[in-house]
Amino acid sequence: MANEFLNLTGISKSFAGVHALRNVDFSIERGRIHCLVGENGSGKSTIIKIIAGVYERDSGSIVINGKEFEKLSPIDAIREGIQVIYQDFSLFPNLTVAENIALNQALRDGRRFVNWRHVHSIAADALAQIEVDIPLNATVGEMSVANKQLIAIAKALRQQAQLIIMDEPTSALTGREIKVLFSVIRKLQERQSIAFLFVSHKLDEVLEISETTIVIRNGKTVSAGERGEYDGARLIYDMTGHTITEKVYDFEPDLSQPPLIKVENLNAGAALIDINLALRAGEIVGVTGLLGSGRTELALALYGMLPIESGRIYINNKPAVIRSNRDAIAHGIGYVPEDRLSEGLFLEQSIARNVVVRTIDGLRNALGLTIPQKISEQVNQWVNALRIKTPDPALPVKTLSGGNQQRVVLAKWLASNPGIMILNGPTVGVDIGSKDELHDLMKKLAGEGMGLLVISDDIPELLQTCNRVLLMRHGRIVEEIKPKDTNEGELSSKLIKD
Amino acid sequence: MKRLLRRNETLVAITLVILCLVIGFNNPTFFTWGNIFVLLRGSIVTGIFAMGVLIVLISGGIDVSFTAIGIFALYSTVKLFLYFDPNAPIWLGFLIAATIGLGLGLINAFFIARFKLPTLIVTLGTLSMFHGFLLFTIGNRIIRQDIPPSLTAFARATVIQVPQTRGTASLHPAIFLMIAIAIMVWLLLKYTMLGRGIYALGGAPEAAERAGFNVTRIQYFIYGFVGLLSGIAGMTFGALARQANPQDIVGMELNVIAAVVLGGAYLTGGRGTVIGTLLGVALVVIANNSLILIGVPTVWQRVVIGLIILVGTGIPAIQERRAGQRASGLTEM
Repeated sequence: MANEFLNLTGISKSFAGVHALRNVDFSIERGRIHCLVGENGSGKSTIIKIIAGVYERDSGSIVINGKEFEKLSPIDAIREGIQVIYQDFSLFPNLTVAENIALNQALRDGRRFVNWRHVHSIAADALAQIEVDIPLNATVGEMSVANKQLIAIAKALRQQAQLIIMDEPTSALTGREIKVLFSVIRKLQERQSIAFLFVSHKLDEVLEISETTIVIRNGKTVSAGERGEYDGARLIYDMTGHTITEKVYDFEPDLSQPPLIKVENLNAGAALIDINLALRAGEIVGVTGLLGSGRTELALALYGMLPIESGRIYINNKPAVIRSNRDAIAHGIGYVPEDRLSEGLFLEQSIARNVVVRTIDGLRNALGLTIPQKISEQVNQWVNALRIKTPDPALPVKTLSGGNQQRVVLAKWLASNPGIMILNGPTVGVDIGSKDELHDLMKKLAGEGMGLLVISDDIPELLQTCNRVLLMRHGRIVEEIKPKDTNEGELSSKLIKD
Repeated sequence: MKRLLRRNETLVAITLVILCLVIGFNNPTFFTWGNIFVLLRGSIVTGIFAMGVLIVLISGGIDVSFTAIGIFALYSTVKLFLYFDPNAPIWLGFLIAATIGLGLGLINAFFIARFKLPTLIVTLGTLSMFHGFLLFTIGNRIIRQDIPPSLTAFARATVIQVPQTRGTASLHPAIFLMIAIAIMVWLLLKYTMLGRGIYALGGAPEAAERAGFNVTRIQYFIYGFVGLLSGIAGMTFGALARQANPQDIVGMELNVIAAVVLGGAYLTGGRGTVIGTLLGVALVVIANNSLILIGVPTVWQRVVIGLIILVGTGIPAIQERRAGQRASGLTEM
């Protein structure tokens, strides 16, 4: 193919005898947007690192720009125009936007001195190319994730990028920011014929942007094809090797019982205005809305982390005062934060310690010393019940995949047997197979009489797991929707309406 | 304007002006040329040390061994003078001290760059090692009576003389040495790729490596250069004091680091400026020398300096946290 930029044939790679990649083939064409999809551990990042020259392949051939590379070093890859934007963006938070964009080029040119006017003009040029307006003198550390990503793209452009590889580019972006990102990418693709390779497991986005989709599973290319050939079901099937049926959670609560939690006329500044809601045993209630609609604030207010100005909260029909998270916990409310890495887990600590952290007081003997046997009983119970995949609960939590980490957060709460769980973005960054299992788990908990409040903007997730969904806009609950009465298109158009 | 107000330097400058006014209104001697020249003379050594510390802090490291390097260089140089030629010129002294400092700095660099050891651990170790080695093998006697004449002459040097009611006030030329070093460091940090590499290393070490900076070489430079500056600072100290006491200088490290941190450098690396550092040095020197003028007893000076550090570094930190919260809002936790 004349338009081919890169071709991989029969690439294999193993680490210490474990096959990470087996005979992977695929090609990348100039000016096209490619998506590489696969579950966690399927070999996506190994492929990227081989293309970037970071890993050396065991066998197979790599052809870039018509040249065969016996051995591809990181410098070779950069010279051929391959730029990888990793999830941490490799930016310097303490330097200005302009310098971040221009620095790599200055280094590559072997400059010894800095010409600040030159730095600014390079950066202004690069930002003009992607038609975004970011103050050049601002410090990168003060930028939003979305802007950091655009800065990283601008930086890649300055290095004569022909292929830009982006690792999970949308995982931290809001809907609107994703739109900006996609429009930037389409512009670069059309005008400069730059190829893109996205690594993602967000299916709706893959379907939206991808022109060529490559699916890998267990280190093998399962399928590759054009846009029209894939739909959600096929992607899921190719990624997981089995079909995941779309289900709804059709549940009618027992209205004769008092609600687990009832909120009346709750207000908190402009963030929450006149909120009324009730959550009953067995319900999974979704709360959705754009970023800033008040969905996270609602979760925080119920968990005592956001001061409320007026309104009443009843737990089991009894008035309750929730001023702190300690109050909330005392009332049997659990909260799984969206950013589990920084707020929900002690990453360096063992799985076992994370599981028992909330219940450790109950696992002590008369002297106040912990009873190792009781701890390991509880840990094993939850590791088994939630099917946390680990060879040993003594390993640090950071060794787990996203889905399993989320299970540890859940186990931590479930061990203390809360009546109400608030889950903020329960499956963000979790791959599709584990996501399905987490959804089943949520339903099982609801079936046992728990009430769940799920904050999410993942529309399929809301439709498949919730018995009703509350839509928020500008701090108010504007509509209550039953998943069985709506569909993805309708809900997402309601969601983005401002 | 808002940007200017948010800058740490502005805050330090304001504190400095207020402190000067408070002292000056209570005791007019503060604003005499005599006192100003004394303060300037007092800030030379701290200022030179501070330039070295600034570079290390920006790069995300910390060096506490520079005082030991300074006294090691001074004492050994004086010993060499006495042994070979007590009448050797002062510039040779500076040259020798700078070379000794460079050598000792490179020992730090070797452990830090080659073995990737934490900088605090390495320099805590070498602080004791250098000082111990000095006392044990080179000498522990205070050299005062037989100090080489070129040092005595240097101590008496003067560039500006202003007649006072009693005697004359004179400014020591070594202040220009410090200013020259400050300008050199400023140019290095602002206009060379090496300088930008130091900032990059302090901001995101992994990204610096990925971008193609030779991190090992940068670290060799940093610790070697700090050693060199410490040698010069040590020599200056001895020449101004007209003595080489192996117990001098060591113990100053926290004062110098405090001055640099007050001037806005982050202990976590990536941030710091020459101007800020000079202001921080001025603040610490004035607090050390002039609080006595408004009746703050010597024992309380340390408390006041501690307070200035707490407030001076605390306010910007709190401001920053607030700004960060405003930027991200409460929307996503």
